[in-house]
Amino acid sequence: MTNQNTADGPQPADGLILRDVAIRLDGRRLLALDRRIAPGETLTVMGPSGSGKSTLFAFVAGFLDPAFSATGSVVLDGHELTHLAPRQRRLGLLFQDALLFPHMSVGENLLFALAPTLRGRRARRQAAERMLAKVGLEGMFDRDPATLSGGQAARVALARTLLAEPRALLLDEPFSRLDQTLRIATRKLVFARIRERGIPAILVTHDPADAEAAGGPVVVIGEAGGDGPADPRVRTGEAGAEGTAGEAGGEAAP
Amino acid sequence: MPTLVTWFVPALLALPVGVGLAGVVLPAFGYLPALGGETFSLDPFRQLLAVPGLAASALLSLASGLLTTAVSTIGVALFLAAFHGTAGDRLARRLLAPLLAVPHAAAAFGLAFLIAPSGLIFRLLAEPFGLTRPPDLLIIGDPLGLAMMAGLVAKEMPFLLLVAFAALPQADPVRRSRLAASLGYGRMAGFLLTVWPGVYRQIRLPVLAVAAYASGVVDVALILGPSLPAPLAVRLVAWMNDPDLSLRFMASAGALLQLAITGAVLLLWLIGERLVGLLRRRVAASGRRHGRDGTWRIAAGIPVALAGGAVFFGLAWLFVWSIAGFWAFPAILPPSVGLATWSRTLESAGGPLATTFLVAILSAGVALVLVVILLEARRRQFRASAGRAVRLTPAMAGLIYLPLIVPQIAFVFGLQVAVLSLGLTPSIPLLAAVHLVFVAPYVALALADPWYAVDPRYEQVAASLGHGALARLFRVRLPMATAAVLTAMAIGFATSVGQYLPTLLIGAGRLPTITTEAVALASGGNRRIIGAYALLQTLLPFLAFTLSATLPRLLLRGRGGMRRA
Repeated sequence: MTNQNTADGPQPADGLILRDVAIRLDGRRLLALDRRIAPGETLTVMGPSGSGKSTLFAFVAGFLDPAFSATGSVVLDGHELTHLAPRQRRLGLLFQDALLFPHMSVGENLLFALAPTLRGRRARRQAAERMLAKVGLEGMFDRDPATLSGGQAARVALARTLLAEPRALLLDEPFSRLDQTLRIATRKLVFARIRERGIPAILVTHDPADAEAAGGPVVVIGEAGGDGPADPRVRTGEAGAEGTAGEAGGEAAP
Repeated sequence: MPTLVTWFVPALLALPVGVGLAGVVLPAFGYLPALGGETFSLDPFRQLLAVPGLAASALLSLASGLLTTAVSTIGVALFLAAFHGTAGDRLARRLLAPLLAVPHAAAAFGLAFLIAPSGLIFRLLAEPFGLTRPPDLLIIGDPLGLAMMAGLVAKEMPFLLLVAFAALPQADPVRRSRLAASLGYGRMAGFLLTVWPGVYRQIRLPVLAVAAYASGVVDVALILGPSLPAPLAVRLVAWMNDPDLSLRFMASAGALLQLAITGAVLLLWLIGERLVGLLRRRVAASGRRHGRDGTWRIAAGIPVALAGGAVFFGLAWLFVWSIAGFWAFPAILPPSVGLATWSRTLESAGGPLATTFLVAILSAGVALVLVVILLEARRRQFRASAGRAVRLTPAMAGLIYLPLIVPQIAFVFGLQVAVLSLGLTPSIPLLAAVHLVFVAPYVALALADPWYAVDPRYEQVAASLGHGALARLFRVRLPMATAAVLTAMAIGFATSVGQYLPTLLIGAGRLPTITTEAVALASGGNRRIIGAYALLQTLLPFLAFTLSATLPRLLLRGRGGMRRA
């Protein structure tokens, strides 16, 4: 499954590569993208709702609905992911909701994520506790997820994702349900961890402030207001310059 | 692969209906080599048509199917229209589960004990009216079958109320009612014109199942129904169990007649639906607001209250009889009580109770596995991220619910013939397999919605953490659906416990269950033993429902996020 040592084709560098990705629905092209995301870098994908942001997210994660047809490939650290099952992709997902398993304690949620190769109950628990401490939630191991505040739950979700040692992160508006102050703190935490781990990430959002905090390149995908296909526009630039890009998504190219 | 499974499971459940119908059609036309029928002929039908009172029996079945369904459905609609979102509604929701646990036969016995000339109602009336002996009235087994239909309504109305409660949220009742009220409509008119059509569309299948059941019912008819002539299904059972084996040809022809009657009931019901729809549109178009419905609202609660009251007081009265000593007519309570009846009953009821339990737990367990496999295979076809709601296709649902729409008597008899020709002897696994056909549809009905309500992103998270399909099923989806799974199990269990006809025909008298024993007591008229048996029959489903309600609380203690589920 690895392309790393094949002679033909360019040697893929580390990082996450979306190569000639195009997604269609009923023959209509929703979006097209050709990007490389370097380790430690976050690509922000912006666009109004219905523009196909979540479809891109589902495609990369491996959950694309069969109604869509996708071409192109996803390559992570030289490994082709496109035809792997979601569980073999080693991508960490963070959604709008923390989605902590309600039937497990906070600690059990983390142990569920920890690789089985780490053996021994005590060792596993210690690893989970260490991760909890890293997100500022020491001693929360036995807590019921339902008793956490929104910010705490978001941090547990991050801890759970990181504990599985993902090789890239996919973020689907992970801050949109948090209030203003929590949002800033949680953003900081997430992007600091991404840089510290040196893994590539894709952030799907419609909040320009998210893009700014991510500090990486921004892609805007958009669709015409109603009637007919629109070429997704792809722009690159610093987040600050893209503050109004979402609005521009309304004009359609024929 | 998923496509194969999504068709395999429904086909497996519908197969016995096909086999059973074939096992009826052939003998109905004179072909059953085992009994010497080697050539096809119309003799069985000629014989059938010559039976005295056949038309009356057929009409009784037809009327029972239509009236029971109409009264139950209208009662539910009126109750919801008048009480949706009120304290009455909350009370009904709370009392519903124990009501549903009561099997048909026990509910019928309870009603009989209330309305019989020597029952509770006439004992209460004895003092003011100066009665010293039970009035000479034919109430139980009246020739029009009214007592029988009342018994059916008392049991079917709570069932339809349950499915209506489950369907209500999708009909957006709060906002629609408010909108109608803001336009000046009365509470009931607003509900019936804007919310109820959306509810009814979702509960149509259960309503049709009630119609089919009521037109071919046996156990309730044996307890409360007329005997001269009896409804068609009751007479069919007598012919099928007759030592004179040649009657089986006629019985098969009769089973086809029953199929036609149930078909006619369903057809008439569908025509009725159209007419009611036209009427509703005309009323809505007239713009009349029906704003003053205060009195109507109280009246609208009567059918549901009567049905619930009949079952509850009936059960209480069964209990009183089971501990009563000598008890003469006008006395409202027995002068002496004792446990003599119970000690006698428990001696003989142990075996049937064990059989009932084993068959019920087996069929409910296998049904759960099959339904989960089906639901998961169907979900695979959709995949996770789609915005579309996952549903079984109408064709799949139709196949699964087929055993509830085709009258039991029409194909279970054919199944018995098939079982005999295969040389199978009655055994607990065989009986459980036949019960499965009736249990699985209810398990599917109860589990499908909550199963698909679990947010698919939880499994996406689990997958991204490296967990395979089995781990996602057993460690994420099943635990998250614990409450729904246990409720579905309890419903399946209760369905199996209540099965009379399949148990009687497939068990061939060698596997008595608490239900067949209780119904068999109906002709004997020993009220004390009937009381004890009917209560024992209620006990098993009641325990199942109680367990299904308490286990999640124990298993998921300290998990606040699971409380709503």
